[in-house]
Amino acid sequence: MKILVTVKRVIDYNVRVQVKRDGSGVETDGVKMSVNPFDEIAVEEALRLREAGVASEVVVASIGSADCQQQLRTALAMGADRAILVRADDIDMQPLYAARTLLKLVEKEAPGLVITGKQAIDDDCNQTGQMLAALWGRPQATFASELKVDGDSATTVREVDAGLETIRVQLPAVVTTDLRLNEPRFVKMPDIMKAKRKPLEEIALADLGVEAPPGLETLTYAPPPQRSRGEMVEDVPTLVSALKSRGVL
Amino acid sequence: MSMKVLLLAEHDGNTLNPSTARALACANGLGGEVHVVVFAASAGDVANAAAQLEGVAKVLTVERAENGVPLAAVLAPQIAALADGYDAVLAPSTTFGKDVLPRAAALLGAPQVSDIMEVVDAGARSFRRPMYAGNAIVDVKVPEGVKIIGTVRTASFQAAAEGASAAPIEAVSVAAELPSHSEYIGLATQQSERPDLQSAPRVVSGGRGVGSEENFRVIFSLADKLGAAVGASRAAVDAGYVPNDMQVGQTGKIIAPDLYLAIGISGAIQHVTGIKDAGIIVAINKDPEAPIFEIADYGLVGDLFTLLPELETAIG
Ligand SMILES: Cc1cc2nc3c(=O)[nH]c(=O)nc-3n(C[C@H](O)[C@H](O)[C@H](O)COP(=O)(O)OP(=O)(O)OC[C@H]3O[C@@H](n4cnc5c(N)ncnc54)[C@H](O)[C@@H]3O)c2cc1C
Repeated sequence: MKILVTVKRVIDYNVRVQVKRDGSGVETDGVKMSVNPFDEIAVEEALRLREAGVASEVVVASIGSADCQQQLRTALAMGADRAILVRADDIDMQPLYAARTLLKLVEKEAPGLVITGKQAIDDDCNQTGQMLAALWGRPQATFASELKVDGDSATTVREVDAGLETIRVQLPAVVTTDLRLNEPRFVKMPDIMKAKRKPLEEIALADLGVEAPPGLETLTYAPPPQRSRGEMVEDVPTLVSALKSRGVL
Repeated sequence: MSMKVLLLAEHDGNTLNPSTARALACANGLGGEVHVVVFAASAGDVANAAAQLEGVAKVLTVERAENGVPLAAVLAPQIAALADGYDAVLAPSTTFGKDVLPRAAALLGAPQVSDIMEVVDAGARSFRRPMYAGNAIVDVKVPEGVKIIGTVRTASFQAAAEGASAAPIEAVSVAAELPSHSEYIGLATQQSERPDLQSAPRVVSGGRGVGSEENFRVIFSLADKLGAAVGASRAAVDAGYVPNDMQVGQTGKIIAPDLYLAIGISGAIQHVTGIKDAGIIVAINKDPEAPIFEIADYGLVGDLFTLLPELETAIG
């Protein structure tokens, strides 16, 4: 079975993101970019399934500019077999557009499983995996913290508000990852060298014949209202009397 | 301008989830006629509860055996079919809404606004939502002629109250082909007598600093004293001190209690984004440099294991 994993290039999660003064976007100049952390977990899970003999090949895919090659190389260094970059320069690639694009790759590659991060930490949309599953007409198991593949079905434990939900889905299916699914491996230097020689195919978005869906128009970006630093209190009695005076105790 | 709005009810088969009343407040902000739809095997109690809420013009029930469990693949085609007569479809931004609504949106070929914090201008179809773990707040516009589809960040809205009279309830059938490729096995939930994390006015959260599952009893004990719900940081969840459904933050629950106590939590951005709308934040941490103090209304430096028992006594 082949597994297709999506890899999005995003601002690194350690960076304190700043909104540009003119409200046109966020500062990206000289900012560290990384693989979306949830996608890293998705890659790791696919690799483990290959190592367990469940999968035969792990293909990673990204949509975006040539810069995304960096993140695909990271995934290849982790151990993915090959990569596909759908070149989409200067295109506002919103979740539905991405899902339609991924559907074309799915039709081309015919994977048994697609694993995506549950959300990208830039737009925080939490939509793409579900949308792909819908367009593909296949099952989805979102927010997975456990995944077991058994023949032509997969059993997933999902992190939902009320607790841990278990569902079984027929393959092919889309699984989206939660943080607890696994701990991504550390990439070693020789693996980075090896990754340079692994195949990375580029396909122009225009060549896939994707119909562009309607998208949201972003009007303005603003920094969040800041909570200001309050006061440091000396001891418990001072804290309690402060809370009482504020009416919350 | 009058819109027809369809709001997806969240429930467990018996009780209407409080997130529905909060999402309803957002739906009412669109200034149109709001219908709440209940997908269930048997919708009775849930539909009655929804009918009581202020601003609901009608409750629709779609009863069939397959709707007895919440499977996105089963619900989405029904939502998409029902959406035909509506200008907007909303759901709470809970794991339920996040799972099912994008699937319906894709079937409808429409983009989704995730985590609506505010209806900026219903006529202009613009909404406010957070990005980058809440480090950027954006206003987005749904283009004319495109259905408005959105999940509602429940912490940003006050629950709609119960109205003076109940809305009519109407059973409807939806023509949609349902897949059989997904099977619901079950839900493991830790029964708790404590208040619900997402609606409790007071929340006590513990972080990695609490140190172990065993030690977490100091958090539970303080919470009991305060009648508070218990939350946790991701690190505490990952370390196995408490179950995942207690996680507060960007990728956990976004909450807005009147009082939030962060105990042994450093204040990583991913955690803070989950509590930005809290009324008063109290932080107890032994590290005076912990970033949590930058946003706390009251900070107390010291060891949680000495301070919490003191605090319990002082509260009386
Ligand atoms: C993609 C992504 C998503 C994430 N989503 C979330 C999320 O939704 N929610 C979330 O919480 N995190 C999330 N995280 C993790 C987040 O980045 C932090 O790692 C996490 O919040 C840290 O938890 P913590 O504050 O409990 O632990 P730490 O950062 O280890 O802090 C522990 C604190 O306890 C204090 N302490 C230790 N002992 C004592 C004592 N005896 N008395 C008093 N204080 C003590 C220490 O001084 C320290 O400040 C996410 C991370 C990623 C990458």
